[in-house]
Amino acid sequence: MESKKTNRIIKNGLVYAILIFLALMMLVPFAWMISASLKFNKDVFVIPFQWIPTEPRWKNYVDIWTKIPLSKFTLNTVKLTLIVTCLQLFTSSFAAYAFAKLQFKGRNILFLAYIATIAVPWQVYMVPQFMFMRKLGLADTHLAIIILQAFSAFGVFLMRQFYEGISDSLCEAARIDGMTEYGIYLKIMLPLSKPAISTLIIFTFVNTWNDFLGPLIYLTTESKKTLQIGLKMFISQYSAEYGLIMAASVLSLIPVLVVFLSLQKYFVAGITAGSVKG
Amino acid sequence: MRKRQFKRNLVAYSFIAPNFLGFAIFTLGPIILALVMAFAEWDGNNPMKFVGIGNFIELFKEDRFTSSLVNTIVYSLFTVPFTLIIALGLAILLNQKIKGRNFFRTVIFFPYVASLVAVAAVWNMLFTPAKGGIMNQLLMNVFHAQPLKWAASSGTVMLTIIMFSVWKNMGYYMVIYLAGLQGISEDLYEAASLDGAGAWKQFVHITIPQLKPTTFFVSIMLTINCFKVYDIVYMLAGGSNGVVGKSAMVLVYYIYEEAFRNWKLGKASAAALVLFAIVLAITIIQFRGEKNYAND
Repeated sequence: MESKKTNRIIKNGLVYAILIFLALMMLVPFAWMISASLKFNKDVFVIPFQWIPTEPRWKNYVDIWTKIPLSKFTLNTVKLTLIVTCLQLFTSSFAAYAFAKLQFKGRNILFLAYIATIAVPWQVYMVPQFMFMRKLGLADTHLAIIILQAFSAFGVFLMRQFYEGISDSLCEAARIDGMTEYGIYLKIMLPLSKPAISTLIIFTFVNTWNDFLGPLIYLTTESKKTLQIGLKMFISQYSAEYGLIMAASVLSLIPVLVVFLSLQKYFVAGITAGSVKG
Repeated sequence: MRKRQFKRNLVAYSFIAPNFLGFAIFTLGPIILALVMAFAEWDGNNPMKFVGIGNFIELFKEDRFTSSLVNTIVYSLFTVPFTLIIALGLAILLNQKIKGRNFFRTVIFFPYVASLVAVAAVWNMLFTPAKGGIMNQLLMNVFHAQPLKWAASSGTVMLTIIMFSVWKNMGYYMVIYLAGLQGISEDLYEAASLDGAGAWKQFVHITIPQLKPTTFFVSIMLTINCFKVYDIVYMLAGGSNGVVGKSAMVLVYYIYEEAFRNWKLGKASAAALVLFAIVLAITIIQFRGEKNYAND
């Protein structure tokens, strides 16, 4: 009996040792980032590394706003993220309702078109898409970025899957009561699909906030750049400004961290939904 | 009756239209255009010139393209198994009822959602070729090894990229594995321990076989994502102007450079079609595999 207990203690100890090691591996870069963001450039690579600077240089967090148009970049990203998230939510939940709850001609073929494109990575058609947008005069505009992100097949899939789980009899009863399809969508389906909506919101938010290749290809004017490519531009221009680079990096991570921590549950739900569907 | 069906169709189309129009014009259209462009010569201004499979012949003669293909394959060959094994291990550890489970899950998952530019900036500093970098300090003081040049040397650049990729994405696949583990019935384990099977035996004879569909899904997803890699390479190996050398050139980077720096749009589309063919092949394998699991 006694040996079984010691066995368990050893086993638990080992599990914690591994987990703590891995957690440190994940956290050290972030800790280093914060630490370096509070230092003079010359102190960043001083050995031994000082995790908590003796004189934290908070001024880095002030200077960064004047050194580059960080507020403009942030504003652009916030604007794009909000518009894309709203559009994505509206158009995909709307379309998903028809695919899940309505009988109509061409339903299967239209849905097949969505499925077929899921297998095509964006990188395969990003070049002709850009040429097409350029032809429409949309190169170097925010509208292009919005269009790029707002009509993804992923949203339609996610919402459709959730709607399929809602009983048809609910819609039937409402139809008998004389409710229009728009009414059913608005008053019954939307309120019921809060978990799926939250999942879609957090996915779209994080994707748009972190998007890199899209803005890199499309946005050339500095005042139109997003936080990500603005930050990259800053890193290229002032590669030795370690303290400022890290301060800007910390700032750019905060919104994602907040959204992630408060909606983590839905994020996990979204990943799982995708994997079960396959 | 017919009129009613007609009206019902119209209502349904009105639901689909906002998304489908955007999708058809800006996704479906360009996909078809990509198929056409791959067989043409085009600089974006002058008219397209049809060249048959000329672009593909040129591609495979070109050193830069073939090394981009080789690099992408090497990157996948290392990233897929390492990510998969670590993600599985983590999922098993974090599926147990231990204290701080949610904390560990959150910490390990966070790098996946953290924006790449910020995280890559730290990595570039941790893995700086200078001796003062934390990784080189670790190598010299703990392992008594020579400092490495990491992303700055053609010998270690892929290693640095692979390590970063595993670090950033393993949390995502851990979550998928966690879902898979939760789908395994407790009864199986109970029956096995009644039969006297130890933890290792249970792992080999229950966990691994039961997770087969999940492992299959994860390896397919991972492989496809590896072939789409671009931004990690751009951030870690791109230097200040974002130009990647031959040693770290990957497929999507080649497409990007050919299209938006050299304006050889036909050739870029041909390379994109090669990427598509690879991804499609992997997807078909997945479909077949899923059918097998469904029959089991």
